[in-house]
Amino acid sequence: MRFKKAITFSVVLFILSLLLVACGGDDGDNGDTDSATSDTGSGNVKTVKFMHLWPEGSSAKHHQVVNEIIEEFEAENEDIKIDLEVLSNEQYKDKITVLSTSNELPDVGFTWAAGYMEPFVNGNKFAPLDDVVESDLADDFVAGTLEAFSVDDVTYGLPLELNISYIFYNKRIFEENGVEVPETLDELIEVAEVLNENGVTPIALGNRDAWTGSMWYMYLADRIAGDEDVLTKAIDREISFEHPALIQAGEELQRLVDAGAFVQGFNGLADEEAKSMFTSEQAAMYLIATWDLPNYTTNEDIPQEFRDAVDYFPFPTVNGSGDMTSYVGGPGVGLFVAENSDVKEEAKKFASFFVQQWGVKAVEDVGVIPATKVDPESLDLPQMYTDVLNDLNDATNITLYVDVQTSPSTAQVHLDMIQSLFGGEITPEEFAETHENTLASEE
Amino acid sequence: MGLNCMNKVMSNKWIITLYILPALLLITILIVIPLILSGYFGLMKWDGIGAMEFIGLDNYIVALQDSKFWQSALHSFLLAIFSALSLIGYLAVALILASKLKGTNFLRKIYLIPMLLSSVAIAQLWIKVYNPSNGMLNSILRMIGFENPPAWLADPNIVLYAIFIPIIWQYAGFYILIYYAALKNIPESLIEAARIDGATPLQIALKIKVPLIMNVFKVTIVLSIVGSLKYFDLIYVMTGGGPNGASEVMASYMYKLAFSSYNFGYGSAIGFLLLIITLIVTVIIRKLTATDEEIQY
Repeated sequence: MRFKKAITFSVVLFILSLLLVACGGDDGDNGDTDSATSDTGSGNVKTVKFMHLWPEGSSAKHHQVVNEIIEEFEAENEDIKIDLEVLSNEQYKDKITVLSTSNELPDVGFTWAAGYMEPFVNGNKFAPLDDVVESDLADDFVAGTLEAFSVDDVTYGLPLELNISYIFYNKRIFEENGVEVPETLDELIEVAEVLNENGVTPIALGNRDAWTGSMWYMYLADRIAGDEDVLTKAIDREISFEHPALIQAGEELQRLVDAGAFVQGFNGLADEEAKSMFTSEQAAMYLIATWDLPNYTTNEDIPQEFRDAVDYFPFPTVNGSGDMTSYVGGPGVGLFVAENSDVKEEAKKFASFFVQQWGVKAVEDVGVIPATKVDPESLDLPQMYTDVLNDLNDATNITLYVDVQTSPSTAQVHLDMIQSLFGGEITPEEFAETHENTLASEE
Repeated sequence: MGLNCMNKVMSNKWIITLYILPALLLITILIVIPLILSGYFGLMKWDGIGAMEFIGLDNYIVALQDSKFWQSALHSFLLAIFSALSLIGYLAVALILASKLKGTNFLRKIYLIPMLLSSVAIAQLWIKVYNPSNGMLNSILRMIGFENPPAWLADPNIVLYAIFIPIIWQYAGFYILIYYAALKNIPESLIEAARIDGATPLQIALKIKVPLIMNVFKVTIVLSIVGSLKYFDLIYVMTGGGPNGASEVMASYMYKLAFSSYNFGYGSAIGFLLLIITLIVTVIIRKLTATDEEIQY
């Protein structure tokens, strides 16, 4: 009797395990058949697959504007249908990698600039978009943004966002401690010293994420070198990374650290933790890019009292050297069109339409600064946005983040070295030498 | 009747195969094949996106000369040693809990709490505890007179040990539970006999209870050391291996290479080396702790 039961039980188990396995296999194939049918479409209607990374939950406004743009596009082009897939940031990155390995990229999707997209371009996954730029979008983009999405002077991505970084500061804390907005590095150090004496943390910095500290280093290098964009040149191998300006930037940075300008234990803090120190008025200053603007203007989750107290100033000169209209920043995400897409023309048409519409809606409806030119006078915006847009129009140079400019593996070395430089575990000379060796070994 | 039937089932080779097959299939598909694949990817120069290029054993040779890999391996071994040593502490706690003192029931539940929390929750909790300016630990230290308490997760000399503490805390419940169950299995008559012979509680614990659960203890040594060598979660969430590799362990280094540096080939090679190292260590520990016969009283 029991014997029989055991047999039935094990057979059921066995079948269940087969089912499990079969299901697993099936899942993988699903995407394949999906895209095959969508490519052919029904009748004359063509389907363009589009993937983006702004889910309704975490980026409600982005999500809504994307849907509006899609609706308008479909209304204008009745023979094209957009097939949408939305994932959150990290999941999106993972999925894009997997899809590209199996040649199943969506027809239109999001990518990041420079170093990130290089493997995709080298693997012939992205279509060149020079024709789209020339016919529809010539002169639309802010200088420097399109270049970040180009490899060997061919454009592979249409930038959607543009961010530059500022030092945001708390006016109330500045007033209470009787300090003025610094215009030189020495003045910044003096401000930090006064604040420290009064028991206020001068600068919030979450350097566990290291790209935050990297922005400080980049600004110092930019100011010290003046007109010459030494960082970009060193990364492009036109000059050595052991350039005096790049070493001096390290020295000035360690001078800031030694003066106690940054919050204690910054190397162990995440950027989010530093941000919350600044927004809860525990620190007076915070260097971040303009993607944070909503937090200082329109975001209702942040106390009004704090938002009223925040202003920004451009990174100070290093004692007279450097141009305050030169910024560290760069485009965020951009659109790519898949090289092996069956509906490439339609996909390009959609990408171009999307970029133009996004440029119109991004600032006002989402609070994002687009990579396309915007006339601040024509829009009803918080003052801080108008100021930033005006700054952008007057910008003389935008240096793209080092960890975006370089290949992913060099970026990792850079970020590790930044932590050590801030921590005082290496000298500025060693910092420059390691970068030089890493960059040289990649040539 | 039942036992008889069991023997009959077990003597049929087909039935045995049938029983084992589902688990075997799952393990093959989900574990064995990926293992072989990762060893194979380790032979490739591959960024995870473009084409693979066969480069033979280059990745493995580079790994063996990679100071960062050895640094992370050292950290993993340090963690293994700490975890193994902390087993003694767990055992001591279990001995107390298993004795019939008042309140042990309540304490036992407290020790189990970290086991019920997910790793990420524990990491977030300890990030807050260690926060250099607002954290609980430094607030207490300042209150009792330390002027400049260290920034626990930022100081490269301290960070590794600072993370060991929550890891040891995290696994306390698990090992204490195992020891507790084993101790409860010791027949009461043995302990009573010893007591009548005049043994002190300490003697009973060290000379009767501990030797009787030695086999369980050996298993936990293997578990804790192997678990430490491949440890990943808290370190990834709390520091990401930083600052500059000061808290990097083998698994987090592997992850960083594959998913941040887009160096899947090299990352796979590191993963495969991690497997080999863990295997060798397991064999060595089994050899060292092997005994010919079980202790019986």
